Amino acid sequence: MNVVVCVKQIPDPATPGEMDSQTNTLKRDGKLIMDDSDSYGVEMGLQLAEQAGGGEVTLVSMAQDGETSGLRTALAMGAAKAILVSDPALKGSDALSTAKALSKAISRANPDLILMATESTDGYTGTTPVQVAELLGLPSVTFAKKITVDGSSIKVERQTEAGYDEVTCPLPAVVTVTAGVVEPRYPNFKGIMDAKKKPVEELTVSDLGLDVSEVGSSGSRQEVFEIVAADARQAGEKVVDEGEAHQKVIEFFEQLKLI
Amino acid sequence: MALSKIWVLTESQNSKPISISLELLTFASSLGASLEAVTWGGTASQISEELGSYGVSKVLDAGELNGSLPGSPVASAMKQAIDAGNGPDVILIGTTYDGRDIAGRLSAKLDVPVITNVTGLEISGDSLVASHSIFGGTQIAKSRFTSSKSPQIFLVRAKTFQAEPSNSTTCGVESLPVPEIGNSGAAKIVATHVEELTGPKLDEADVVVSGGRGLGEKDNYALVEELAKLLHGAPGASRAIVDAGWVPYSYQVGQTGKTVKPTVYVACGISGATQHLVGMKNAKNIIAINKDADAPIFSVADLGIVGDVHKVLPKLIEALKSRS
Ligand SMILES: Cc1cc2nc3c(=O)[nH]c(=O)nc-3n(C[C@H](O)[C@H](O)[C@H](O)COP(=O)(O)OP(=O)(O)OC[C@H]3O[C@@H](n4cnc5c(N)ncnc54)[C@H](O)[C@@H]3O)c2cc1C
Ligand SMILES: Nc1ncnc2c1ncn2[C@@H]1O[C@H](COP(=O)(O)O)[C@@H](O)[C@H]1O
Repeated sequence: MNVVVCVKQIPDPATPGEMDSQTNTLKRDGKLIMDDSDSYGVEMGLQLAEQAGGGEVTLVSMAQDGETSGLRTALAMGAAKAILVSDPALKGSDALSTAKALSKAISRANPDLILMATESTDGYTGTTPVQVAELLGLPSVTFAKKITVDGSSIKVERQTEAGYDEVTCPLPAVVTVTAGVVEPRYPNFKGIMDAKKKPVEELTVSDLGLDVSEVGSSGSRQEVFEIVAADARQAGEKVVDEGEAHQKVIEFFEQLKLI
Repeated sequence: MALSKIWVLTESQNSKPISISLELLTFASSLGASLEAVTWGGTASQISEELGSYGVSKVLDAGELNGSLPGSPVASAMKQAIDAGNGPDVILIGTTYDGRDIAGRLSAKLDVPVITNVTGLEISGDSLVASHSIFGGTQIAKSRFTSSKSPQIFLVRAKTFQAEPSNSTTCGVESLPVPEIGNSGAAKIVATHVEELTGPKLDEADVVVSGGRGLGEKDNYALVEELAKLLHGAPGASRAIVDAGWVPYSYQVGQTGKTVKPTVYVACGISGATQHLVGMKNAKNIIAINKDADAPIFSVADLGIVGDVHKVLPKLIEALKSRS
């Protein structure tokens, strides 16, 4: 069972984001880390390959400037190798352009299963995975909270508004996993050392057979043209509880005629 | 050229259109274009009258789908109609599980991008400008399509508009045939599990009481449920406790969960991370209970209680009980 897991490398979400006032896009300089949302896919991919008793996990990522620091984290968890799409022409790619680049890179690894996150932390369009599936002509199951492999097909518990659906799907397929489906392992020292030697194949847009006009800011046909401050919400009264603060809440409810 | 036709993807649940679909229809019908609803799942004839009261002139019905997940078949049906010259200028889709799948599939099929996470839409000349709430709602980004290629697809978050019937018309149902889709539509639903829900739905409730990691352990979530019940509201949650498995995902409020806009939102032991704030910041009133006086949730709270949820919540519950 060969699994491709897409890993997005993003600026550390713990540091406040900043917009580039020239391009109205998120600034992406500095060291990138693996998007936490993708760590669940990496763990799930490793577990499924282990359960299948063979096969490996290949990571696929698209990032500028040959960035690999986030990929190394996933390699240290146990992925075998990585494919990185990196090209200055990719700057400003929207979800569909990203999906074009990712799908070309994914097909090189010839996987049985492609795992992605339901949405990324910094872009959160949630559309890239399904676009990838469509470009590859594959079925997709989004919002998986459980995946079981059964020969050449999978059974997925898919989150719904009212509970969950059991979905069956032939392989290969694209599946997106929600956070919390599995407990991502921490890379150990050996894993971290091994990760340094694992192969990362770096590809440009033309290596993938894509035209630069299809990706990056030239391929993205949408723009953010303005950023304005939102109406700030004023903080109201703050009360330190000394045993009676619940009365304040009661009064608040009374004012609103809720009780 | 003004907008001449709009499609709104309309989902139903228990044979009723869901509220986000009605919200989008309300906005769309104000634009003066011809309004059509795209739907599936075998309920078209049951919902057409209600859709007519929202100004829908025609329901395009992709049918039962034979157990397939809707993403691929519904997008293929839409594409076929668009290729035949019957497409709209604008397609509005709500951010739901199936809505995102359909939008992504259709975008790749037509090679047109999608503008996602829309929290506001306005007409400007002949096209639409979208607003997006960023950085936990402190700033608003405005975006638009730069190509004139249609249709323009927008994925809109719940509660962006308020649903209200208007421009009532007679509404007919027309079939939207699904072409042969082959492998891309091979994911099939074999069983459906419905979790029991008492009280109002989270995204429609007038009062929402949410709990976070500050509750300490799973069993303490009962306090949140009890308070919600006493206020005839719905219980919600931060992602931290959903990930920890204390409550199902459908309880989650925030960027990856539900957007709520109740009269009162009560946050219990929730820090107020930006991803949580975007889902509840537009509540009319916010009450926060948190033992850390510097918790970010207090910056949006109309009433902030700096205190221990294990002390404040039981007293609050007692006080409410003794009144009734
Ligand atoms: C891509 C992405 C999407 C996300 N989407 C969402 C989302 O949709 N919704 C969401 O909620 N989060 C989301 N998050 C997670 C978010 O960043 C936070 O991690 C999460 O909201 C924190 O949950 P919490 O407030 O319950 O926990 P914590 O941040 O751990 O906060 C617990 C709070 O409880 C307080 N506390 C502790 N003990 C007590 C006590 N005894 N009494 C009172 N207060 C106490 C603490 O002071 C603290 O403020 C997302 C994150 C990412 C990366
Ligand atoms: N640049 C990228 N590199 C690798 N994976 C990506 C990239 N962009 C998106 N993805 C994958 O697609 C998912 C959804 O992304 P998004 O559409 O941005 O919400 C992410 O969580 C990743 O799994």
